[in-house]
Amino acid sequence: MQRKWLAIFAVLMVFSLVATACSGGASPAPSGEKVVETVIVTVEVPAEGGEAAPAMGANTLQTVKDRGKVVCGVNSSVPGFGFLNEDGSFSGFDIDFCKALAAAIFGDPTKVEYRPLTAKERFTALQTGEIDVLIRNTTWTLTRDTELGANFTATTFYDGQGFIVRKESGIKTLEDLNGATICVGAGTTTELNLADTFAARGIDYTPLVFETADETTGAYEEGRCDAYTTDKSGLVARRTVMANPDDHVILDETISKEPLGPVVRHGDDQWYDIVQWTVYATFTAEEFGITSANVDDIKASTENPSVKKMLGLEGDMGQKLGLSNDWAYNIIKYVGNYAEIYNRNLGPDTPTYIPRGLNSLYTDGGILYAPPIR
Amino acid sequence: MSAHAPEQPDIPFWRDERYLNILAQILVFAIVAGILYSLWYNMNRSLEALGLPLSLKFLKITASFDIGEKLISYTREDTYLRAYLVGVLNTIQVSVLGIIFASILGIIVGVSRLSTNWIVSRLAGAYVELFRNIPLLVFLIFWYQGLFLKFPDVRDALRLGDIYFSKRGVAFPWGIPTETFQAYLYILGFGLIAAIIVGVVLHKQGEKTGRMPLIGFWSPLTWIVIGIIGWFVLPQAPLSPTIPQLPEKGFNIIGGRVFSPEFMALLSGLVLYTAAFIGEVVRAGIQAVSKGQTEAARALGLNGFQTLRLIVFPQALRVIVPPLTSQYLNLTKNSSLAIAIGYPDIVHVYGTIINQSGRAVEMTAIMMATYLTFSLLTSAFMNWYNKRIRLVER
Ligand SMILES: N[C@@H](CCC(=O)N[C@@H](CS)C(=O)NCC(=O)O)C(=O)O
Repeated sequence: MQRKWLAIFAVLMVFSLVATACSGGASPAPSGEKVVETVIVTVEVPAEGGEAAPAMGANTLQTVKDRGKVVCGVNSSVPGFGFLNEDGSFSGFDIDFCKALAAAIFGDPTKVEYRPLTAKERFTALQTGEIDVLIRNTTWTLTRDTELGANFTATTFYDGQGFIVRKESGIKTLEDLNGATICVGAGTTTELNLADTFAARGIDYTPLVFETADETTGAYEEGRCDAYTTDKSGLVARRTVMANPDDHVILDETISKEPLGPVVRHGDDQWYDIVQWTVYATFTAEEFGITSANVDDIKASTENPSVKKMLGLEGDMGQKLGLSNDWAYNIIKYVGNYAEIYNRNLGPDTPTYIPRGLNSLYTDGGILYAPPIR
Repeated sequence: MSAHAPEQPDIPFWRDERYLNILAQILVFAIVAGILYSLWYNMNRSLEALGLPLSLKFLKITASFDIGEKLISYTREDTYLRAYLVGVLNTIQVSVLGIIFASILGIIVGVSRLSTNWIVSRLAGAYVELFRNIPLLVFLIFWYQGLFLKFPDVRDALRLGDIYFSKRGVAFPWGIPTETFQAYLYILGFGLIAAIIVGVVLHKQGEKTGRMPLIGFWSPLTWIVIGIIGWFVLPQAPLSPTIPQLPEKGFNIIGGRVFSPEFMALLSGLVLYTAAFIGEVVRAGIQAVSKGQTEAARALGLNGFQTLRLIVFPQALRVIVPPLTSQYLNLTKNSSLAIAIGYPDIVHVYGTIINQSGRAVEMTAIMMATYLTFSLLTSAFMNWYNKRIRLVER
């Protein structure tokens, strides 16, 4: 393929040279001297703000509004976070934040187009403008924030990397894994933490790297690997889809910090703000005790100025973001506050139960803390 | 030189076909160049907006990820460039071995298809049809997950002589280089030169006497003899054997050389698949040699094998080599399906580097250049070989 193009290109180049030489020789000089001419090709350069460059100071909000939906890069294989159900719908914690964003912009949580991505594809998809926002258990790191043309908006889930092993193996600590083969997903922070931690602790291991979670856990379940490592949330989630979940244990040790949250393209501050404050609105709603069930009552009766500002009864918070003033109301009404989102996907009644721990409000001993909406 | 061309009537240049041709070519070039330039310009502008102007400096950055299989030393502290090199060598390893084994198997299949033995020819035919009709990716995934991952755990490994099959791969007895290994390599090098000299001398002699000696026999023999003598002359054998053993505890086979299930699945998958195509190429090549040649050979008293080796193959080779080259190129490019079964080839490492560095455009260009180089080198070699065997023609 490349060869063909190269050849075509080369042929064109040669033709153009021959062509110029011939046109020079059309009225041959008697001496037979070859006249070489240079052709200068002038090319129309697309005007500033051309459509082909989605990354350019583009107005993502306007693009989204014109399109009528948000294109959200998500996971399709981690139950509880981002999962493609049998009926073709998506569900999960990350998915609910996509819905919240659509509710904030359109007042309609269904105005989302989900684009399932592997860990490896996700940043390229964001860079090229294929998606508007990436909400796919993605860890915030300095390198990603700077080198990948990405901006992290907020942390929706504080996580850390862990390991899952077969119960019968008797493995209890990382040191027990000396000499082991460890399955890990390609293009993850996990891959890097694994290398760092094991090198620092002098534990010898062989990584086995796959593109998708299904391949990775598949090889682990077949016994090709002695352990599988990813975010602990991912371990809990993936264990639920293993053939015999009870045969596997998650080791206690956590080897990294994995703050997960939505990511947008570098260079569009307004869009960044919208995504960020959508997340904060869910925190704040939980803090105020506003839920999808009581938001209408509270809206009708509240005297609290902070609540009034948030629900659009006072001031113009929504307009400051480029949205309508009932943006937060719509998020709460159609998707719910943070606790509702959490419990729906990761609560005690779900197969993917994860205790809230750090992911509790700062008032409940966690570290969720939203700046004031004012 | 008195003949003079009849006077050409002056036709205006816009009706002169030569001018129009030239004009059309300039136009096409301008359009293509314009499109390429605007694509390039657009990409640059977008990358700059993302704060990622094109540059190759990132190749010097610490990779900080590990790679499971490597032919050269590599740790997480090495650079992206070295990580990429590990991937390149992994691709070369599987491609070169694949080409060798696929050629051998392909020749067997091709010849078998023409066998007068009904069962043999039908079996070869069925083999070819089977593999030509399965998409390679599907086959590789099936082959890896359905066979190599279904081997027993290490401690219950299947045993075939000193070869062990388990989920950790296939372990072969192997040799570990000793202190004299380096010296032995020099001896082998010397032997190779000696073998070439023997070949050249014999060839000259053959031209003089008109009776060509069996160069294909004497020349390699020289090398082998020198190799064997060298092995025993050295104070210590250059390789010390290591035999695989089942572990008492731990995760891996002890000793021997273990080839991972990913590598084995990829290599054997590529070989089985490509051999089917090579078999067809070989069959077509043999059938292209006219029947009269075989009949004449038999009439001269050559037996079946001699006929094949001395009469049919040399002529068939000329037909075989060009399509064979395509098969070699295909095998090399198909090795990039390694990505589906976790073997760290070029594409695999490329993907990881892009993801960790964000340098998609640069890495893609580098990868394309790498495959292009492979293909051009293979083609160049095969073209050279093709020319050489063509000289046989009289
Ligand atoms: N938080 C980590 C890891 C996220 C991640 O992608 N985890 C894998 C676990 S294998 C996953 O979810 N894979 C799902 C898939 O690729 O289908 C990161 O941002 O790099």
